[in-house]
Amino acid sequence: MRYETPASAKEAAGLLKKEKGAAFLLAGGTDLLVKLKMGIVEPDLVVDIKRIPKISEIQSSTKGFTIGAAVSGAELGEHAGLKKAWPGVVEAANLIGSDQIQGRATLPGNLCNASPAADSVPALIAAGAKAVVVGPLKKRTVAVEKIVIGPGKTSLAKGELIEAITLPKAEPRSGDAYLRFTPRTEMDIAVVGIAISLKLERGVIKKARVVLGAVAPTAIVVAAAAKAIVGSKLDDKTLDKLAAACSAACNPIDDKRGTIEYRVRVAGVLAKRAAKIAFQRAGGSL
Amino acid sequence: MSKSTLVSTTVNGDAVEFACPTDESLMTALRDRVGLTGVKEGCGTGDCGACSISLDGRLVCSCIVLGVEAEGRTIETVEGLSQNGVLHPLQQSFIDHAALQCGICTPGFLIAAKALLDRNPNPNESEIRYALAGNLCRCTGYDKIVRAVQATAKDMRKKGRS
Repeated sequence: MRYETPASAKEAAGLLKKEKGAAFLLAGGTDLLVKLKMGIVEPDLVVDIKRIPKISEIQSSTKGFTIGAAVSGAELGEHAGLKKAWPGVVEAANLIGSDQIQGRATLPGNLCNASPAADSVPALIAAGAKAVVVGPLKKRTVAVEKIVIGPGKTSLAKGELIEAITLPKAEPRSGDAYLRFTPRTEMDIAVVGIAISLKLERGVIKKARVVLGAVAPTAIVVAAAAKAIVGSKLDDKTLDKLAAACSAACNPIDDKRGTIEYRVRVAGVLAKRAAKIAFQRAGGSL
Repeated sequence: MSKSTLVSTTVNGDAVEFACPTDESLMTALRDRVGLTGVKEGCGTGDCGACSISLDGRLVCSCIVLGVEAEGRTIETVEGLSQNGVLHPLQQSFIDHAALQCGICTPGFLIAAKALLDRNPNPNESEIRYALAGNLCRCTGYDKIVRAVQATAKDMRKKGRS
């Protein structure tokens, strides 16, 4: 196994593209090294991106945030500005694994592992996050929801990698939230995850994004659920409509963590709770 | 088998060099090449926390770090906790509270508990349980471990050291 530490994302892309054998990118390694240990992957080349300048930094500007691909969950949780602007994104990322995993795990890692139950992905999509994708020849910026195309599968071409995740500037009177249900309180995988991001105008929801995780092959944007709450102050009737829209959008599997019926029902219950949290974070009163 | 690579690190305050294959975990390198067998192998997949170390001040599972990733990094293991033959307060408290039986998980719990107290000198029980959720113990049932950490936090706050 060759181990390379390129000095730029472009160089990393070139190494991944050129390799004829099995090539893998290493950031936090919380998925890759487990697969290596279990013999699921046998890399000929591992490209460690952590020596690339700025790749471990969170930069904030008037446009929003640029989160380098090697920034860990723990670092996201310690960034006061990010937590204030996008609390739902940070709480989703911080739910992944233990403190030990948080010391290494990254947002692009959670995204590119492409698990349907990835916690940070619905929150990123709800927040309108974009992935900065670098290839050997060109760089492109893609909405996060375009990256995962199925369980374990991404739309990235050979040689492409995510250099950073960008989040827009949080608008005034906006809020986001992420909730998941797991059988255990820690160290577990979501049975249902839901992220809601919304903006208020004169106390009424003006815009919303509702994204479900763990109830379909990929995270899903539920436009009908967003439509159900826009124009409202989250009265009980509206919350019921939101729950119904979320349940209707589910296309889950049965497994040891939850049955299809259970996941469909819980999606609606969690949607109501997450909407209330996002609403209050935006300054709304229930 | 991959070719060996020379890795220069700082381990428990000392400059340490080791040569390891590129696909070897930092846990294995620390145990078999540096001789720090306080780093325990439990699951080997980042679930049990027995191999917990501090890497550049961050709590991590060394089983899911490559040895070669440690180049230029600073590592702290359980072997670095005691100073001049005096146990760290957490170590003494684990003994006093009988917070261990077989001992395999203990170094990982100590390192994780220290990481918690370094950033939060006054954790409540719930915070302690969340912070130690990545460490599994199959003997004591956690209560004694939680009490040992609470007692240490109280003592250390009283003495004003961290």
